[in-house]
Amino acid sequence: MTAQPPMHPKYEVVIGLEVHVQLATKSKVFSWSSTAFGAEPNTQTDPVCLGMPGTLPVLNGAAVEAAVRLGLAAGCTIRPRCRFSRKHYFYPDLPKGYQISQFDEPICEGGRINFRLHGEAHSVRLTRIHMEEDAGKNLHAAAGVSFVDYNRAGVPLCEIVSEPDVRSAEEAAEYVRAIRALVRYLGIGDGNMEEGSLRCDANVSLRLHGETKYGTKAEIKNMNSFKNVRDAVEHEVKRQAALLDRGERVVQETRLWDASRGVTQSMRSKEQAHDYKYFPEPDLPPLVVDEAFLSKVRASQPELPEDRFARYTTKEGLSPQDAGVLVADRETAAYFDAVVDSLAAGAAGAPAKKAANWVINEVLARVADPRELGAPSMPVAAAALAELVTLIEGGTLSGKLGKDVFAKMWAEKRTAGDIVKAEGLTQVSDSGALEDACKRVIAANPDEASRFKENPKLMGFFVGAVMKETGGKANPKSVNEILRKLLG
Amino acid sequence: MSAHSIDPKASTIASIASGVRAGKVRARDVAEAYLARIGHEDAALGCYVKVDAEGARRSADAVDATVKAGRDPGPLAGVPLGIKDIFCTKGVETTCASKILKGFVPPYESTVTARLAAAGAVSLGKLNMDEFAMGSSNENSAFGTVKNPWSRAHVPGGSSGGSAAAVAASLCAGATGTDTGGSIRQPAALCGVVGIKPTYGRVSRYGVVAFASSLDHPGPFARTVEDTATMLEVMSGVDPLDATSVPQPVGAYGKAARAGKEGGSSLSGVRIGIPAEYFGAGLDPEIEAAVRAAHEELAKAGAKLVPVSLPHTKYAIATYYLVCTAEASSNLARYDGVKYGQRAEGAKSLEELYARTRGEGFGREPKRRIMLGTYVLRAGYYEAYYGKALRARRKIFDDFAAAFSQVDVLVTPTSPIPAFKFGERMGDPMQMYLADVLTVAPNLAGIPALAQPCGFSKSGLPIGLQVMGPPLGEEACFRVAGAYESRTQWHERRPADVGGAS
Amino acid sequence: MASGSRIRPEEVREIAALSRLRLTDDEVAALTSDLDSILGYVAELGELDTSAVEPMTHAVPFDCPLRPDEIQPSLPLEEALANAPRREASFFQVPRIVPGPAGSGGEEDL
Ligand SMILES: [Mg+2]
Ligand SMILES: [Zn+2]
Repeated sequence: MTAQPPMHPKYEVVIGLEVHVQLATKSKVFSWSSTAFGAEPNTQTDPVCLGMPGTLPVLNGAAVEAAVRLGLAAGCTIRPRCRFSRKHYFYPDLPKGYQISQFDEPICEGGRINFRLHGEAHSVRLTRIHMEEDAGKNLHAAAGVSFVDYNRAGVPLCEIVSEPDVRSAEEAAEYVRAIRALVRYLGIGDGNMEEGSLRCDANVSLRLHGETKYGTKAEIKNMNSFKNVRDAVEHEVKRQAALLDRGERVVQETRLWDASRGVTQSMRSKEQAHDYKYFPEPDLPPLVVDEAFLSKVRASQPELPEDRFARYTTKEGLSPQDAGVLVADRETAAYFDAVVDSLAAGAAGAPAKKAANWVINEVLARVADPRELGAPSMPVAAAALAELVTLIEGGTLSGKLGKDVFAKMWAEKRTAGDIVKAEGLTQVSDSGALEDACKRVIAANPDEASRFKENPKLMGFFVGAVMKETGGKANPKSVNEILRKLLG
Repeated sequence: MSAHSIDPKASTIASIASGVRAGKVRARDVAEAYLARIGHEDAALGCYVKVDAEGARRSADAVDATVKAGRDPGPLAGVPLGIKDIFCTKGVETTCASKILKGFVPPYESTVTARLAAAGAVSLGKLNMDEFAMGSSNENSAFGTVKNPWSRAHVPGGSSGGSAAAVAASLCAGATGTDTGGSIRQPAALCGVVGIKPTYGRVSRYGVVAFASSLDHPGPFARTVEDTATMLEVMSGVDPLDATSVPQPVGAYGKAARAGKEGGSSLSGVRIGIPAEYFGAGLDPEIEAAVRAAHEELAKAGAKLVPVSLPHTKYAIATYYLVCTAEASSNLARYDGVKYGQRAEGAKSLEELYARTRGEGFGREPKRRIMLGTYVLRAGYYEAYYGKALRARRKIFDDFAAAFSQVDVLVTPTSPIPAFKFGERMGDPMQMYLADVLTVAPNLAGIPALAQPCGFSKSGLPIGLQVMGPPLGEEACFRVAGAYESRTQWHERRPADVGGAS
Repeated sequence: MASGSRIRPEEVREIAALSRLRLTDDEVAALTSDLDSILGYVAELGELDTSAVEPMTHAVPFDCPLRPDEIQPSLPLEEALANAPRREASFFQVPRIVPGPAGSGGEEDL
């Protein structure tokens, strides 16, 4: 494990991120219409989220619970008393002319997001996590007009603001991925960047290596995939480095990532300084999160990726690489745990490593999205995979046959036992038949047999030959024992 | 007038509701009597921006059907009410007396109007007001001024000018209003009727177009203390649609008002505070005399008069105008010509759409307040202005808390001057704002404050008394006001009909 | 501070731009004088010592109530759009806008 070289040889790259996470509540954060994605425009609205005169926000308890869950998972301090503020700007997607957000007293402060990249542990400090409402969507049509859809207006958001701790484009993308994993683990959102349920803005600046003062930053927006995050930051670093190399200055501004052209572009039209005129939201009294609320959330907090990683690498004896793959998604980890649990019940030796191999090499290889592992449509349930592994460990199937059987299980949704029985695949464990086969192989290879005592590595050769002799049906473990006895 | 009809000028909420509930008078006949009177009188007064005759008849018929079916239509059975046009009414245009909201038909109902309707009340229509409730004279309406029924050369007060004038002129038996800095009490005083601004949050703000959210208080107007109490009882209560609505149970306001009326010394044991700061320079001598006389009357009813001090009163106007304009600039940001209301035609860009829609749609006073509010909320100015005002607000609240540790209510004048003439104060906004000096502090503190008639000037204009109580002290206010009313006849006077003059 | 010195017409125009209010020159002149006199009046708060008090942001002494996470019917599309000065199909319509302020993003090209 060696430290990665800096992203840029001359400049240190300094990145702080603001990630918006939509919380998967049923109803909106301050009103009662549905938050479901993809409905017909303006069919999921109510007078409150449309900002109609005289309407008032009433806070959704489930959104508070989700924010607290996220804050606890990220190790934040949860404010016993926080408040909402109005953030003002005029834009058609913002129905009230202000967004109800949090300003000077956010619900969560401090904390960190931990992740691993190239085997290295990273920990990005958080400034805060605050709650706010989402805006609607503006759609830009051709003929001099734009359209507004308020279905998204009022969907609850958590905005996660990091300290400028990120040092490369790759780290930035991995940080966002770690947030997505966390959000999914906690079950508070789906973290789908393409649908906008997870959005990322990056503040990027450069400074000479060794310099302690921060350079001027540009804020990059509109990155709607992990790849976008990496590409946009990479592009921005190149752009700023070129400016600095020419002795020019970076302008503090907001730039939009244009994925199709692979460039960030200044939003010059918005250069007028923003004055959000924050002030405490008079329509909502201060929010109190007391110890009772906290303990309720803590009690139902799932095991988090970091804790699972620690458990897998220590108690279960997995490699960090395998553990990293398994904890990346809650469904993968849960599936893996279920396989191990079933195996443990069947008392197979060292089940975790075997289960990990199967999950990583066979199961994950067959799904487009790891979340499918938690779906009812999953072709091979954890218990079914455990059954297969048990058949192999018990000597009924060889490893090679096992893979064929697994392919059939996946394709036909049948159990391993079924397939083995129906197709006569049972491995030859009968010691008499095996002993005959072994004897035939030894007789056919006298030279190797005579050299076995000096070179025990020839065992592999013999086992392979016996397997060939038996059409792959021999139990390798029994073959080993018999050969050792005959050659010994 | 038919045999079963009633005379609006001689009717009260209590008399109408008991008649309708007992089946002695039909709600429909009551509604027709009031609609006829509006038809005759309102052209000269301008109280209503919209008369909803069809809606009134429909609701009245429903009340009659309920009575006929042997069920109780509720404590406001058949009571014809005027609704300040700041309350959103489902399917009925709601403009807040602003051009920018012209044509807005809410798809929802305010909690207050829903509760009144559920109690059997019949809405006659929407009442004129100062645009977005900003004003003290009703001269800021985009839909014409309201005349004071006692003298049509004089303003009715504001912002609930239409409400106070309509009740005074018997164009409704009761009315809803809102009070952000005196907008119920000052017009009540200027028109010689009763009005109360309850404790902040006692009455839900849901569906009440916001002016200054932390100061807005919906409340009722009526001609008697008991009627006002009856209406407030119906309007009050926690509302799941308003996170600032008070969860405590609603008091027995009607009972408190009646208790005040009983016997010669119904106020024995009641301590009435007289804050010196409410009798300072600028108080009209006729008003001072009337209020001092009222103190004596209350003492005769057994109350003990106690001098108190509210030392930060002099900062109330400055505090109030900083808080209310900041909140107003925010609350009025939503009027942008996109979702509802008026839009400037022909705008080529979004910026032009905003600036022109708002520039053309808002009247002078909302513009002034949006500007001041934006000024004080700007980065770098917040602490000096808004932050400072919020701290001064706390000091004003603390003044009241200290006073209410010694007394049960405070009794003061409501307006330092009687109704003034149209145009007299429009030139100088600061002079207009200063007229709110006696009413804004209870809004800042969120305490209940009631206004009721306590005399007339030599020129025949009404004078109003103000009774303030501690938070959720509405019952104390009603008890004192009820006792005063029972010992005086001011509330029985009626302005002369104008009968179609205009 | 002397009258007429607290706020200049240029500042009034800036505030008007921030407030999205198009004002006539007469309005700018009137507002300059109005705001000047109001700011002069509110300056008296400066003499008040408020160092020992907490800002009073709400008149209610209780904590924020929480709503159960329950969906109620949305406004029917026609009711949602009924008050729109301009609509097109099921959208609210505005003059073409150039993409995005520092909000939470939500731009799409049709
Ligand atoms: Mg942000
Ligand atoms: Zn945000």
